[in-house]
Amino acid sequence: MQQEVVLAMLAKEPSHGYELRARLARALGPVAEGINEAQMYVTLTRLEKGGFVARLDAPTQRSDRKVYCLTPAGQERVTEWMSDVSWPRPDLAEFHMKLIAAAQGALADPVSLIDAQRRDLLRRLREVGRAVMEEEKDSNAALLLEGIVLRLQADLRWLQACEIAWTKRSTPQ
Amino acid sequence: MNASPTVLVHAKGLRKEYGSGEGLVRALDAVDLDINRGEAVAVIGPSGCGKSTLLHLIGGLDRPSAGVLSVAGQRVDELSERALAHLRRDEIGFVFQAFHLMDELTAQENVELPALLAGCTPSEARARATALLEEVDLADRARHLPSMLSGGQRQRVAIARALANDPEIVLADEPTGNLDSASAFEVLGLLEGLHAKGLTLVIVTHDERIATTADRLISMRDGAFVDETRLTGGSRGNLSTFAEWERLS
Repeated sequence: MQQEVVLAMLAKEPSHGYELRARLARALGPVAEGINEAQMYVTLTRLEKGGFVARLDAPTQRSDRKVYCLTPAGQERVTEWMSDVSWPRPDLAEFHMKLIAAAQGALADPVSLIDAQRRDLLRRLREVGRAVMEEEKDSNAALLLEGIVLRLQADLRWLQACEIAWTKRSTPQ
Repeated sequence: MNASPTVLVHAKGLRKEYGSGEGLVRALDAVDLDINRGEAVAVIGPSGCGKSTLLHLIGGLDRPSAGVLSVAGQRVDELSERALAHLRRDEIGFVFQAFHLMDELTAQENVELPALLAGCTPSEARARATALLEEVDLADRARHLPSMLSGGQRQRVAIARALANDPEIVLADEPTGNLDSASAFEVLGLLEGLHAKGLTLVIVTHDERIATTADRLISMRDGAFVDETRLTGGSRGNLSTFAEWERLS
C-alpha cells in the first residue's frame, strides 16, 4: 500500500494520527491488524519532511495530538494518485523461476514445491474466507476481503496449471 | 471391522469402473481414505475427477468395483441391497446441488418423510421435523412448498431432511453450486454450525472457498487423490500481510 493512502484520507479534513489510524482500521477490518499507530506517525513525519502535509496545531502540542493538513503539494500528489492506474502485481515471476531453477539445478522437486505453496494458499484462503463470514455484510472491510478471496482463488488456479504442466514434464513419456 | 471406533469411513483400494474393454472408464482408481467421527472433509477437483463417484460409494448409492469400504462399522462392499438401503436411511444424510426436494410436499412434509419411511409414528416425525426446521431457522416456512422458497431456503430444508434420522454422517455434493453468494454463506454457516456440534461431514466441491471451510481437504484428479491438506491446527497466518506500506517514492 502506498503512503498516498494517508494523504488521501487527509483530503476529508485535517486530522491527527490516532484518528487516521482508526479510520484505516474501520476501512480495512482484520487486514489492518499489522498497521499500528507508530507506523502512522512515522508515515506522517516522513510526509511532513517531504512537504506533503503541514502541522495545523501549535508546535507545543503533545505528539499524539499533532493535527496535520494537506499542503498544495500534497493535494497535487493525491490527485495524481487518484488517476494512477498502476496495480499491485503479485510476484508470479519469482515463483515461476523458483520452479525452473529447482528443476534445472536439481534443487527440489517442482511438483512438491507447488504442493507446499498450494497448501499455504489454501490455509490463507480458509482464514480470509472465515474473516469474510465474520464481517458485517456490505461493510467496507468485507468488500476488501472478498477481493483477497478472489485473488487467492486465481493464484490457486494458476498453481493447478503449474502442477499439471510440471507433473507432465517429470513423468517420462 | 474398523481399526478404531473413531474411524467412521474406511476405504482401502477402492475402485469404481464403468464400461468395459476399449470403453472402460476408471472413475475411481485405488483410493485409500479414513474419515474420523466428527471430522469435516472436503474433496475437491475438476468435474470428472471422480469426487462425486467417491461420495456415491460412501453413501451407498453405488457399489464399488473392487476394494474395501466400511461406513459406520458396516462393509458397504459386502452388504445386501436391503441392508444397504437401511444403512443409507439410518446412518447417512445427503445434500445435493439441486436440492431434490419433493415439489408437491411442504417443507415440513419433506423433512418428515425420511423419519416416516424409517418407521417413526406420524407424531414423532412431525415433532422431529419441527425441531429441525427450527434448527435451520425456517420454522416460519414449514407450510411452504419448495416453489415458494428461495434457493438458500430450499437447501436449508434439504439439510434438515438429511438430518431427519439423526445420521452418522452427512454427504454434500456441491451444496452451494446452485446458490448466489449470500445464500451460499448461509448454507455454509449452517453446515459449519452442525459440524461444530459434532456432525461428520463430507463436502464435494470444485470451489476452493467452500472446500477450505473443512478441517481437511483432499484434492482429486483422474480418479485418484493427488494431495491432502490439513487446514486446522496450523499456525494462524496474518491477514495484515495483505496490506503493507510501500516506501514513499
